[in-house]
Order: sequence, then C-alpha cells, then structure tokens
Amino acid sequence: MQTYFYQLADFIGTQTRREETWLAYLSAEESNFVRFNQSLARQAGSIRQIGLTLSLIARQRRAEARLTLSGQAENDRAMVLAALAGLRLDLDELPEDPYLLYNQIPQSTEHVGDSRLAADAEMLDQVLSQGKGKDLVGLYAAGAIYKGFANSFGQRNWHRVDNFNLEWCLYHAADKAVKNSYAGTHWDNAEFARKMAASSEQLSILTRPPKQLAPGQYRAYLAPAAMNEILELLSWESFGVKAQRNKQSPLLKLEDGAATLHAGVTLQENSRDGVAPGFQADGFIKAATVRLIDGGKHAGALVSPRSAREFSIETNGANAAEAPEALDMAPGHLHRDDVLTTLGTGILIGNLHYLNYSDRRACRMTGMTRFATFWVEKGEIKAPLNVMRFDDSAYRVLGENLLALTAERDLILDSGSYGERSTGSARLPGGLVKDFALTL
Amino acid sequence: MTASFESTFKRVVPAVDFCSLRFVEETTELLSVRQNVAEPPQSSVDRGVMISVVDKGGYGYAATSDLSESGLRTAVARAHEWARLTAGRSVINYSTLAMAAASGHYRSQLQQPALTGKREKFDMLRAESAECKIDDRIIDWSASFWTTHTRQLYVTADGGMVEQDFDYLVPALSVTAFDQGEAQTRSFGGRYNGFCQQGGVEIIARSGFPGSGKRTAEDALALLAAANCPSGKMDVILMPDQMMLQIHESIGHPLELDRILGDERNYAGTSFVTLDMFGAYQYGSQLLNVTYDPTRAEQFASFAFDDDGTRAEKAWIIENGILQRPLGGSISQARARGAGYDLRGVANSRACSWNRAPIDRMANLNIEPGSSDLADMIASVERGVLMRTNVSWSIDDSRNKFQFGCEIGQLIEHGKLGAIVKNPNYRGISATFWRSLAMVGNAGTLEVMGTPFCGKGEPNQVIRVGHASPACKFADIDVFGAEA
Repeated sequence: MQTYFYQLADFIGTQTRREETWLAYLSAEESNFVRFNQSLARQAGSIRQIGLTLSLIARQRRAEARLTLSGQAENDRAMVLAALAGLRLDLDELPEDPYLLYNQIPQSTEHVGDSRLAADAEMLDQVLSQGKGKDLVGLYAAGAIYKGFANSFGQRNWHRVDNFNLEWCLYHAADKAVKNSYAGTHWDNAEFARKMAASSEQLSILTRPPKQLAPGQYRAYLAPAAMNEILELLSWESFGVKAQRNKQSPLLKLEDGAATLHAGVTLQENSRDGVAPGFQADGFIKAATVRLIDGGKHAGALVSPRSAREFSIETNGANAAEAPEALDMAPGHLHRDDVLTTLGTGILIGNLHYLNYSDRRACRMTGMTRFATFWVEKGEIKAPLNVMRFDDSAYRVLGENLLALTAERDLILDSGSYGERSTGSARLPGGLVKDFALTL
Repeated sequence: MTASFESTFKRVVPAVDFCSLRFVEETTELLSVRQNVAEPPQSSVDRGVMISVVDKGGYGYAATSDLSESGLRTAVARAHEWARLTAGRSVINYSTLAMAAASGHYRSQLQQPALTGKREKFDMLRAESAECKIDDRIIDWSASFWTTHTRQLYVTADGGMVEQDFDYLVPALSVTAFDQGEAQTRSFGGRYNGFCQQGGVEIIARSGFPGSGKRTAEDALALLAAANCPSGKMDVILMPDQMMLQIHESIGHPLELDRILGDERNYAGTSFVTLDMFGAYQYGSQLLNVTYDPTRAEQFASFAFDDDGTRAEKAWIIENGILQRPLGGSISQARARGAGYDLRGVANSRACSWNRAPIDRMANLNIEPGSSDLADMIASVERGVLMRTNVSWSIDDSRNKFQFGCEIGQLIEHGKLGAIVKNPNYRGISATFWRSLAMVGNAGTLEVMGTPFCGKGEPNQVIRVGHASPACKFADIDVFGAEA
C-alpha cells in the first residue's frame, strides 16, 4: 500500500502545473469485522477501502476532493486526473482564502508497527468457545490501518498499524451486563481467556437482586471507562482554539479564568504516546504534547492550520476539527486496590452512556450509568444498580467534588468505526467524587 | 454501468444458497461560508460494492472499492469464506431465509435540478451570511449547503435487480451571540441539520433559508436577554424540530427489531420493548398514531426497496396508542419467528454505504397529524413552555429514561404565548411519556424534518432518517432550565 500510494503521489506530481500546489492524504484499511450475539455469529465480513483526499491550491485558493480508490493503478490515475480537472474548475469559482495554511517545509516520517493478529478461524473458535453457555454480545474488529501524506514539496509520511479490538458484554438479563475489551497488536489466547474469566466473575455479582436508588447526591467512583465518556464529551468543542475564541466551548469559564478545576486535573494531548499518526492532513507534524489543562487551570488549545491563520497564532498540528486523538490525563495518588475502601459507601460506576450537555455555560452534562455499576457499602460491593441518570457540572465532578484520581491509568483504544476504524486513544485514571448528582 | 455490473456479477457468482451484489456510488459537495469567508469547498466521490454470500447456513460479506472483475472475484471468495466459517454457529440458519429477488426502480423527485456552478451557491450563502452580523454581540456565524447524489444497485444471483437514485440537500445556518460571559447559539434548520430533505434546489426555498440569517441572529440576541426556562411540572408544546428528536429516540430506536433481539447490546443498547408487546401494548395516548412512511417524496429516507431487496410500503407502527409492529426487516422478522413471534415488520434493513452490512434502521418514522390548531393548543395551556429546535439529547440504553434540550423556549401563561426563555430542557421516561400526549396538531403544523447523523451498529454506521411531525402537547412534564 505504501509503495502504491507513493507511486500515485509521484503521478500526481507529474500532472500538476508549476503554479499549483497539491496535498494528498490517504486513509485506508483492510479490516475484518465479526459481530456476535448470544455467543453466536450475527454478521461476519471483510472490508477493503482506500480513501484519498486530494487538495489543489493556487492563487491563494484551495479546493478539496475525496476519492475512493480501487487500488488498480490505471483506474485510480484516471480518477485522479478527473478530480484534478474538477478542482481546477472549482478554483476558478472561488475567492481568495485568507485562512489558507499548509506545511511547506518537508518533514517525511514513517511508522510501521509490529503485530501478530489471530487467524479468522482461530479468533472465531476462541470467542465462541469462551462464550459458550453465556450470553456474549460484541464486535471483533481487526486488520491493517494505513495513513499516508504526500505533497508537491516532496514530503512523504506513512503510518501503518495492524491491530485488533474485541469489545464484548456478558449479559445476565435485561440490561444487566459486564463489559470488557481486549485490544492490541499481538493476540494471545491466554490473555483473552483471563479477561473472559474476569468478566465471568463480575457477572456473578449481577445475579444479585438490583438496588434502585432515589435521585440525590452520592459518593461515587468513576472507572476509567466512565471518565473516558466525560472527557469524550468535553473533547467535543472544549479543547479547540476556534471554539474557545468564538465562545462556544463548554469550558468557557475555565478559559476565561472565571472557574477552575481540581488542582489534580492535568490534561494534555499526547500524540507521542498515542496510536494515531503523527502527521495531519495539511502536512504538519503534530506537537509531541499539547498541554490543555494544567493543575486545574486552562493551559492551551489544539490549533489547526486554518485557526492558526485566522487567529494569527502557531499551529500545533491539530486536525481540522481540533479534537483530541490521544488525550492523556495525569494520574493521582489513589491506588486502585484501595478504591472500594476509600469509596466506603457509594456507587461504583463501571461506565457511562450517551452523554450530552444540559447547560453548556455551566458545563453541566447529563448521561446514564451503564454496565457493571454497583452499590458499595463499607468498601464491599453489595448489589448491582438499576440504571440512573446523572446531571452534574464538570466544574463540580472534576473540580470541587473531585476527591482523588487513581495512580494507575488505563489505555483505552477507541473502538469507533464510523466510516473507518479509529486510531484514537486515551490514557486515563479513575476518579473518586462526592455528591455526584443523580436525577432520574 | 448496470448491464456491466450484472454481467460481471453473473460471471463471478459461486454455487451457493444465496449471493447478492450491492453497489453504492455517492457524490457529495459541502459548501460553507463562515463569517462571510468562503471555506474551501469539499467534494467527494465514494463508490464500492458489497458482496453477500449465504451458504450451508452461514453468512458472510466482503466489501471492496476494487470494481474490476478480479476485485469482485476476490470479494466473493472472502464473503464465501466467512459464510463457511460461520455455518452452524450463527444466530439463525441463514440458508432457511427466503431472500427477496425484487426488481424495480426509484428516483428522487426533483422539481428543480441541482445548481451546477459553485459560484451561484456561494453567492446565496454569502448573501445570507452578510445578514447575520446585526450587532457587535454576534461573534460567529456560518451558512452551508450540503448536497448528495446517491446511486444504488442491488443484484441477486437469482435474478433480482433494483436501481435507486437519490438526491439530498441540507441547508443550514447558525449564529452565536456573546455578552457578559454567556454565549447563545441559534440555528436555522437545527444545529445538527434537522432540516434535511430529498429533492432538488427547490428545497432551499421550501426550507425558508432565504431570510434566515437576520431572523436567526435576532433570535440569538433575544436569547442573550432572556430569562432561564422555569423549572417544575408543566405542560409543554413541542414543535416539529424537537418532535423529530423525541420520535427518533423514544419511539424509533426502541422499536428497532435488532435492538429487541439483542444485536446492539454491546453498543447502542437494548430496548424496554419486548417481543410480546406487539399488538397489545399501550405505547401512548389514543392520540398517538405513528407510521413508517417511505412514500413521502420529499422526506429524507424515502425509497422503494430496502438494502435486502424488500419492497417498502407505508405501515402503521402505533395506531391509536397501541403498538402494532416493530421496525424490523426480513432477517429480523425471521429471527423473531424463530423465537415464537410472528411479527409483521417493515422494509428497513439498511446500510449507510457499500462498506457496511444492512441492519434495522428506522428510515422515515412519522407522527400522523391530529385535529388541533396550534392556537387552540396554546390556548389550552394554563402554564407551560413551547419549545423549538433540538440541541441536546440523552437517553438510556433501554431507550427509556431521557433528557432533551432545545435552543429556544417561549412561556405560555393563561393560554397566551409570552416571553422567550433560554436553555429549556425536559426529562421523562418513554414508557409513560407518550401516554401524556394531550393534543396533536393538525396538518398545518406538520413539518418534514430528519437527521443525516443517526448512529448505530457494529461496525458503526451513520445513516439518514426522516421524521415528519405536527406540533404536539404533553401534559405535566418535568421541565427545567440552566443554573443561575
């Protein structure tokens, strides 16, 4: 794929004019997806797709076309030629773009990860045999993900990762389930079996009669997966400079200095240790780290090239959406083994679901508890909880009501696959909070 | 191209129980103007095929963008291999299913063909954008047109052939006002493209886009000056651009048969609805009439056949408040029969593109108009809030406990519309909320909305759905506003 892309890039270079600049960003995958329900296969298949985003720039104007390539040189060269012709027509119809910015200093990079993925039959045998007698539902996604960049300045970037992500639930009944995942680059049957055994053990607690809580404020521990849901919502417009300068960020009070979070909250975009490629679609290399919140105070923002031009600041190689791809939350001091005893009496929240804002100015968010969420008394898990709705402000949950963050963190690989498999990740601790507001 | 695909497909079809080819070609264009500056136009051409194979009880698929004969042969072999691997280990013996071998055509109705030049469209966007900056407190604004043409071809080894062509247009505009530490954003058509229809350039005029810039900016400024929405139990009147979300989340998703059968439990969730409820369960008040309607020409998810080749026809999902049938395609219906429930479903087995397999999606799901004038509905409210334009949505994984928010509200006191209020929210439980439906607006209050962004499925799919609804009044709802 790398050779194919670079040869196609060379071809594009031969077809453009001296006064034209071109950028090409490739996003491709060869993936297998197997969907399970009730410990049986529901849908199994493979997908091979190659997307190319081609930008043509001339006379301070830019137009962009995305093509799905076939992987056959003759066919794809014809598509590129047609796209270039269309882009030239587009440029003639456009005014000058005052915010145009792309990398003109070539910085070529290459990353090809090491892997050993399970064969299709081996993976199926493992999942179906481990799930036998249980109600397992989930998705196995695996294969190669390719990202590439090339431009008319001779820059070439390549990023390949071969990985798998198996996410599953074991259901007891109705909505009572434990969720787990096994993701990585080297499949190990023994490791998968250990994770399944852990899920099965947790499932046994779900057989106890569930407890129904009344709305109110509760001491709660948010596991890293639940913390991830909160930070994913915050990632939607909070950390980009465009949303901040245009006053649309839900963390506006933090950015304006009118509010702070807990001094232990430090967030950064950590591209250096993430799974996503280290380059972006305009050819800029991402900053290794970008400090977003430091000691509970606003520290910085993700800056796309376009925003850099608009606000006359430097880009740090953020994507066009200015959304984190490798969020990193600093650990605290609470050891995971001490979580239950430190929680004492309260709620152990395994996961949250379907978060959204109920009051953006107050950064108040609402969502549901989901999966293994338990009532804890005197440090001992007593019963599973029926799902509850929370509605609380990030300024409280990650601010005045945050009691501790765990010393250990989880690396959460984004299992998202809208359009294509994600390369996003997050490294997060769990959090102990007081007065967590449940409303329904 | 159709004949070419058909002949190539016939050459590569293996000797199996069932085999189909689904070709999708989608051409899109997104033009945006932000703060009177044209953003770089984005266009795309996405095309590929999915081959599905059923053999000896197993089912497999393979999708590829290599449309050559060798590319199709490779995909057929890969799909066949998955069918072999899953035979005897699948949720149903797929070979026992009677897959449709339908033939037919569909074409979006275009009253005016799409504008071809970008300059004309940019001119329209710039003109509206220029009307937004009516005050120094307006700090951000943007306008956009998103047009899509989709061509689909579905061919089965046993002679089925369906061709469908769709045209979509989504106009949008939003304005943000800011003062004294507070920002308020108001949109035309919904911040998440709730105004989305099928058809040609006539959609721009039909949507009310011309003139929307100034109106939307005035609303944003009015919100800055408004009081917070009051809290407490009161009546609400939800306008169609909020009703579309209410229908979507608390009727559409819980009635999708694949959710009821458990397929989505690891991701989108399950449903509080169970197989035994159909035909008897009181979903809402007697005023509630919900239809699956793929026949409304301008609606976003109208079509003639679903992606498993089943012919699409209008059907009553909820009639006079009673739950009648699920939103499930032919495969889900067969699985329900296997569980002892002979349910009539609908043709809603749909995929978002060539690279995803069909699953149950709600398509067009509408509330049928009632008999009330909006003026009478308002006059009937002693104390309440009229809410417009969805901005926030959250619901539990069984699609029961929900909390939704709107961009703008208007107080109703003693039967009269009063002041604008900001940050209106309400919460409820699906299983009881629809029983509080107290009045349904007449056809004059109906608007055809939808969303291009319905997310579901593993691997994930985002798909187009349509929701037409009149204004509706609900009694004694838990309403609240923002923090002081």
